[in-house]
Amino acid sequence: MAEMIDKKQAQGCADCKEELDVSEALPLIDQIIGSFKTTKGALIPILQQTQNLLGYLPEEALLHISRELDTPYSEVTGVVTFYSFFSTVPRGKHVIRVCLGTACYVRGGKQVLDALVRDLNIGVGETTEDRFFSLEVGRCFGACSLAPVVMIDETVHQRIRPDKVHELLAQYRDQDQEEGAHA
Amino acid sequence: MSKQMINMTINGKQIETAKDSTVFQAAQKAGIKIPTLCYLEGKSPMAACRVCVVEIEKVRALAASCSTPVFDGMVVHTNNKRVRDARKIVVELLLSEHEGNCQICDRSDDCELKQLAHDLGIRDISFDGEKTASYEDISTVSLVRDAGKCIKCRRCITACNETQGVGALFPQYRGFETRIGPAFTHQLDAVACVQCGQCAAVCPVGAITERSHIEQVVEALEDPSKTVVVQTAPAIRAALGEAFGMPPGTLVTGKMVSALRQLGFDGIFDTNFTADLTILEEGSELLMRLHAALKEKRDDVALPQYTSCSPGWIQYMEYYFPEIIPNISSCKSPQQMFGALAKTYYAAQKKVDPKDMVVVSIMPCTAKKFEAKRPEMFSSGYQDVDYVLTTRELGSLIKMHGIDFSSLENSEMDSPLGLSSGAADIFANSGGVMEAALRTVYALTTGRNLPTKNLHVKEVSGLKGIKMASVTLTDVVDAWDFLEGVEVKVAVAHGLENASTLVKYSQEHPGELHFIEIMTCPGGCIGGGGQPRFTTDDVRRARIAAIYKEDEGKTIRQSHENPAITEIYERFLEKPLSERSHKLLHTHYHMKEKVHLKEDA
Repeated sequence: MAEMIDKKQAQGCADCKEELDVSEALPLIDQIIGSFKTTKGALIPILQQTQNLLGYLPEEALLHISRELDTPYSEVTGVVTFYSFFSTVPRGKHVIRVCLGTACYVRGGKQVLDALVRDLNIGVGETTEDRFFSLEVGRCFGACSLAPVVMIDETVHQRIRPDKVHELLAQYRDQDQEEGAHA
Repeated sequence: MSKQMINMTINGKQIETAKDSTVFQAAQKAGIKIPTLCYLEGKSPMAACRVCVVEIEKVRALAASCSTPVFDGMVVHTNNKRVRDARKIVVELLLSEHEGNCQICDRSDDCELKQLAHDLGIRDISFDGEKTASYEDISTVSLVRDAGKCIKCRRCITACNETQGVGALFPQYRGFETRIGPAFTHQLDAVACVQCGQCAAVCPVGAITERSHIEQVVEALEDPSKTVVVQTAPAIRAALGEAFGMPPGTLVTGKMVSALRQLGFDGIFDTNFTADLTILEEGSELLMRLHAALKEKRDDVALPQYTSCSPGWIQYMEYYFPEIIPNISSCKSPQQMFGALAKTYYAAQKKVDPKDMVVVSIMPCTAKKFEAKRPEMFSSGYQDVDYVLTTRELGSLIKMHGIDFSSLENSEMDSPLGLSSGAADIFANSGGVMEAALRTVYALTTGRNLPTKNLHVKEVSGLKGIKMASVTLTDVVDAWDFLEGVEVKVAVAHGLENASTLVKYSQEHPGELHFIEIMTCPGGCIGGGGQPRFTTDDVRRARIAAIYKEDEGKTIRQSHENPAITEIYERFLEKPLSERSHKLLHTHYHMKEKVHLKEDA
């Protein structure tokens, strides 16, 4: 079981995230914490890897991390709520992050976000009913020359215009259907 | 010029200053005041409020002086027009977000933001910004937090994390959405807050303060069917004057008693009385533990013994070090001993039904409000202490009643619960309980007075975070022969971060220490979370000196020599650690989960 999850963790597969119960994952979170035993200030990488494992950061996992690291719970959640990368709610198969950093903002990032909100019919921080897309806002991905950018999972999409948003989402939907057909 | 010093100019004044200081510290040393809303002495700079900006010649942008290091040849202007204009904008921006309700705010008399806006001559707020919604967190017994008033200076975070090592408060979320508070902006009772109120003591505005009991006390005083008695903690007499503009360290014991009499209390007593009683009970407990360890040679004796007067420390210990519960003295705090005796011993003397008696405490502390409500604190059959007012609240109550405090005559506390020794006064200072205990333990075991100057134990006094001392017992009386030649080793810590360091030290050095005093707040109770604002180290030193003066001015300076204590043992309690003492004066503790989640609305 552990081996299987490790493999899935490495792939960052979204499907498995739903299968893994938090209490089942605690020994795996302990493994992550253990791998940072000698590192000072390891809270952020531990949170990142835990989110990779579970797809999001449920409260039970955060309480566990707080206890194990002997770090105040308010500090742990302070870090989690500060970085838009972290999510405390389950997310969809694909995570869309719209950059609203300064460069993207002035080049129309906000309009791109509005278009996505309309198209997906969800707000920022929410997930579509079919759990296919989650919509989030980011603060600079370091790709300012390509502004405005939208990141979907690990892929950066450059110079997105509001009227191209539907097309972009369709690629992911089609791809999924194809995969479904092969399976 | 020494290697460690540099020369610089501030506002045209040539000064020499340490190389590792900041511009803010250099200016402060040179007597030049730079305003700030986030700086806390001795703590790492937050640079959050931006009010302390200064102009540095040859540097383009204005710099936050609290976090800018000095350099040789630096030329600084702290108050030219450019600086003042920038400062005004900063303060106007803060005001534009601040839901102050200044006319009716608890801090309307000493709000640092309001004062600064006034000093800068701000008559108009140029920005019409969104405000953070006002939301009051009254989930704990002791504290109220209002997010709408918070200016996000983060002083409370420094106090909670650095001074106290608790970490209940931290910034949550980001940007305008930032809220200073417990995890996920849950309420305060969802995290391991010990309700010490050091956050409230450093807050520059009215965002964190104590939960007031003024209204309930006024109701009780107006009710003819109630006998309302009051006890005043030792630390009040050295600080209450500050609420009326007197300099820190002014002793106002007599005026305070007169004011309480004018307010209509039926009995005006002293927590000092039960501080003396604590020494008898806690000292006996220590001697019993030493007897078991040294005479009976038992290896299961919980030593060192820790003091239990400070309710913030008790909660902290229950959360963070539950393994030392057996080491904590089972004595209740003086406040709770007083409540239990008032509603039993004193009520019987006065032929008052304890259900008609109301016990009010005046405390330098917010956590005492919590302590009074602990389920263990109902040993009279009723809640032993009904209401707790902080020093600040007593100040307000006196002002509310139109009493001209400074012109009051001195008067004396009532008997029998108002009589105390000088040893009880010093409970207010860090190291005081230890000194009081050593005076009595030494006298009881050797038949002689503690052979130190003025009966003081200098090593455990003052503001050093962790203090240690030892006393060797020689020529002991027969009953304590097993203590002959024993070097009693003691330690004292104040501030919970220091307490944590000392507990860990003691755990790593088993058998070394015999008795440890812990006070939650820096400086001890004189620096409590309920004292008049603003408590700096200079203020702490002034209050500490006043308390030692009060002690030295008394003829009886050792707890066991207090005749009222002798009397209460003869007439009521029999002897220290008697069955009745255990029922009324002692308590027990519970392990608590420090990382927990309480479901809240």
